[in-house]
Amino acid sequence: MTAGRRDSGEGKGGAAAPVDVVGTPVSRVDALDKVTGAAKYTGDLIVPGMLYGKVLRSPFPHARIICVDASAAERIPGVRAVLTGRDLADLDPYYGHAVRDRPVVAIDRVRFAGEPVAAVAADDEHTAHAALAAIQVEYQELPAVTDLTMALNDGAPRVHEEALRPGFLHSGEFRREEGNICYHYRIARGDAARAMAAADVVVEGDYTFPAVYQYAMEPHTVVAQWSADGLTVWACCQHPYLVRAELAGIFRLPQSAVRVIVPYVGGGFGSKSYTRMEPLTAALARKAGRPIRIANRVDEAMLTTRRHNMRCWLRTGVARDGRVVARECRIWLDTGAYADNGPRVALAAGDAAPGPYRWQAVAVDAWAVYTHMPPAGSYRAFGATHLQWIGESQIDVLAHRLGIDPVECRRRNLLRPGEEVRPGRKPLEADLAADVSKVAAAVGWGTPKPPLVGRGVSIGVMGAGANPASTAAVRMQADGTLVLLASTTEIGQGARTVLAQIAAQELALPLERIRVAGADTHVTPYDRSTGASRSTTVAGLAVQRAAADVREQLLDIASRVWGLPRVALRLHEGAVWHETESRSYADLIATHFGIAGGELIGRGEVAPGRGDGQAAGPVFWEISCGGAEVELDPSTGRIRVRRLASVADVGKAINPQLVEVQDEGACLQGLGNAFFEEMLFDGGQLINGSLLEYRVPTMADLPDEFHSILVGNGVGPGPYGAMGVGEGALAAVPGAIVNALLDLGLQMRDLPLTPERVWRRLREVE
Amino acid sequence: MEIDRPPQARLRIGLTVNGRPVEAGIEPRELLLDFLRNRLGLTGAKRSCDVQVCGACTVLVDDVPVSACCTLAYEARGRRVLTIEGLARDGRLHPLQDAFIEHAAVQCGFCTPGMILTALALLREVPAPTPVQVKAHMKDTLCRCTGYWKIIDAVVDAGRRMQAGEAPDAGGGAREVAPRGKP
Repeated sequence: MTAGRRDSGEGKGGAAAPVDVVGTPVSRVDALDKVTGAAKYTGDLIVPGMLYGKVLRSPFPHARIICVDASAAERIPGVRAVLTGRDLADLDPYYGHAVRDRPVVAIDRVRFAGEPVAAVAADDEHTAHAALAAIQVEYQELPAVTDLTMALNDGAPRVHEEALRPGFLHSGEFRREEGNICYHYRIARGDAARAMAAADVVVEGDYTFPAVYQYAMEPHTVVAQWSADGLTVWACCQHPYLVRAELAGIFRLPQSAVRVIVPYVGGGFGSKSYTRMEPLTAALARKAGRPIRIANRVDEAMLTTRRHNMRCWLRTGVARDGRVVARECRIWLDTGAYADNGPRVALAAGDAAPGPYRWQAVAVDAWAVYTHMPPAGSYRAFGATHLQWIGESQIDVLAHRLGIDPVECRRRNLLRPGEEVRPGRKPLEADLAADVSKVAAAVGWGTPKPPLVGRGVSIGVMGAGANPASTAAVRMQADGTLVLLASTTEIGQGARTVLAQIAAQELALPLERIRVAGADTHVTPYDRSTGASRSTTVAGLAVQRAAADVREQLLDIASRVWGLPRVALRLHEGAVWHETESRSYADLIATHFGIAGGELIGRGEVAPGRGDGQAAGPVFWEISCGGAEVELDPSTGRIRVRRLASVADVGKAINPQLVEVQDEGACLQGLGNAFFEEMLFDGGQLINGSLLEYRVPTMADLPDEFHSILVGNGVGPGPYGAMGVGEGALAAVPGAIVNALLDLGLQMRDLPLTPERVWRRLREVE
Repeated sequence: MEIDRPPQARLRIGLTVNGRPVEAGIEPRELLLDFLRNRLGLTGAKRSCDVQVCGACTVLVDDVPVSACCTLAYEARGRRVLTIEGLARDGRLHPLQDAFIEHAAVQCGFCTPGMILTALALLREVPAPTPVQVKAHMKDTLCRCTGYWKIIDAVVDAGRRMQAGEAPDAGGGAREVAPRGKP
């Protein structure tokens, strides 16, 4: 087996009784389709009459468009339409869920190198690609701000000079900030300057985090088709209802006239959050009068959205006994030419800055900054991944200075269950001190270390669950089988499996009798989004309630049939039982309808308005806790990970195997973010826009040992006490690695920890 | 304006795909991946990196794993091509497919076809590989969802099962290809 060992606070299950499907590592319901090649992704679909679209992108980071002449391209045989900014006149062409700052295709001006300037629809991809070269664009290059420093300079060119409208999901009111500031988030608690002055030991430093590419293996792909009924879009998107709302806004359609269908999605990790290539594809299809498919290539996906690069200044003060006193932090996030999810990333980064500790005072400022760079948005554990390693490294620096063991220092300061994490927000559920002790033990904390081996831990909490607004429906068919309708998308996390398990549990129905429909806004009911580790916790709760609704209906029918009170009845194996007598669900439905047909429809919803979660959120605090043991090769700067451990504090693992694999995947992305992932730019131009030059983790990068520790205290707000996982480990791993290097006397302030960077730092330290 | 039009030239090729003979007219520049996906409707092989790094488009040509995104369809003339759609036989899954399901080695599934075919090539050379051998052989096939551990477990386990007597390369698996269970 693998070198790793997996501990489980839940017990591994095994041959559980068929009715007790929750807590059991059942096989994925989508696995058979996926191992046989039968699973269809957006790019596998062919709509009759479909054309192929290609996008012409700006070569300049900032320029005025003097003229776009597509006439030569339009004359090419096989070219059916060319879309430019002039075709948007009858639309509301600016979109963005946070700020409506982004045109469907460039209008008069380009703001980053790679911005869509035109799009071609042709009979085949080759023709569309060839036609791009025939489009004549005259640009007037303008001064560009292609990094944070340039963008923040006094008198810097403004990326957006015009007034901007807030998007429908902007948290709070939208206020235009000075210069290139897109958004400002502040936490001010107590008098931080005064508390800091009173601290016995203070450490401060400047840190950087690079731009990172999510690399969902399936690049963004969209098929759009218009009919008299409106617009249908097949897209590999994470949030079909939010995409629908934006499309309805752009094309001035009622929401019911826009249908978003999500086939299987080849990974997301945030890159398919919110609206991506859907408006452009729909606009091109509208112009061509034919269905269109646009499939990004990897280099285009990198220019579509990415993780924010960041600059940060952080200061921490502690008392001599190791009690934390004050923290001050300033964060600048490069959100690129369009806000994308920058405001939320700034918010999450600001929230992550204090860490899960009991401070006397905290002062945090986080700014999302417009630049002439490709837009930055969501990537798994955004904000937390940016900040946790920084805060956690200062805790270790201070612990080392005071001669206190870093794990012990954390135990003294970590918030306890029930304590306030951020003012006015939900109190903490998990036992953080126990979690950090578990990862420390897993990486051999306190045991003798060979030379050049260091150990580190890192812990944080992330506001997770997004908004607790989900609905679901289950339809029990006349034969007693179930169709489950939910709009959380299956992006690999196992949502369809977990939701099926929940319905199976509630209805005492064998899992084989349940089918889960893919998200389709004309069919599956509203869900806010698929992200923030919310599918099991929030969508799962909606499914649980929908299934319970059908269970109540079955009990009502059985109660009438037998003339017995409901308390005398129980559900087992697809039937309602009274003592030793049973009636199958199919029998009950037939009796109810009086024919061999009909169905029972169950409805479930989760909504803050009905008391689910606090308006201020979060739905739950996702735990981000990791430990690492590394070995440094001082002659090359290369770091080998000997042991890596993560705690997945899930409340209740509905499917322990799926939890493990989510946690493992997040850890591996954490290693990639820590060690080598970085988008490189020169003057606003992406220079490593291919997987030949942008490296992601392979099997060769696995740690020698890996421990995914499942903790289930049943304290989550989801079904059966579940709470989400899947993101936290990514935020935890870089901090654990950085602290393991600190254990070797090497303080790193810039990611990624490439061998060259580590080697140079070693020379400096010596 | 003169434009580089797609050439009209057609080459005739004959090859075997998943055990069946195929005759086709192709463009000289046509990639094997496009030929399989667009002409034959075999969409199991996926397009991701386009530069032979990720392995999502891997198919076996005369038992050798190749990146279909960087192979001309013409190069497959006269050869045997196996895609993921041809792996299960006689309605039974291959042991590798079974093992991928049981070990939760599948998440989003985009890498899975290439991953399984790459593993199949390994098992034909090394019938019961160790985890170290699996890592060495498969390190150039990317998965972004899993931590790779479950994939390694699955390949090692499939090798063991096949050695223990489940017929190699003929659907010796436990599962039927048909839809899951019947109510």
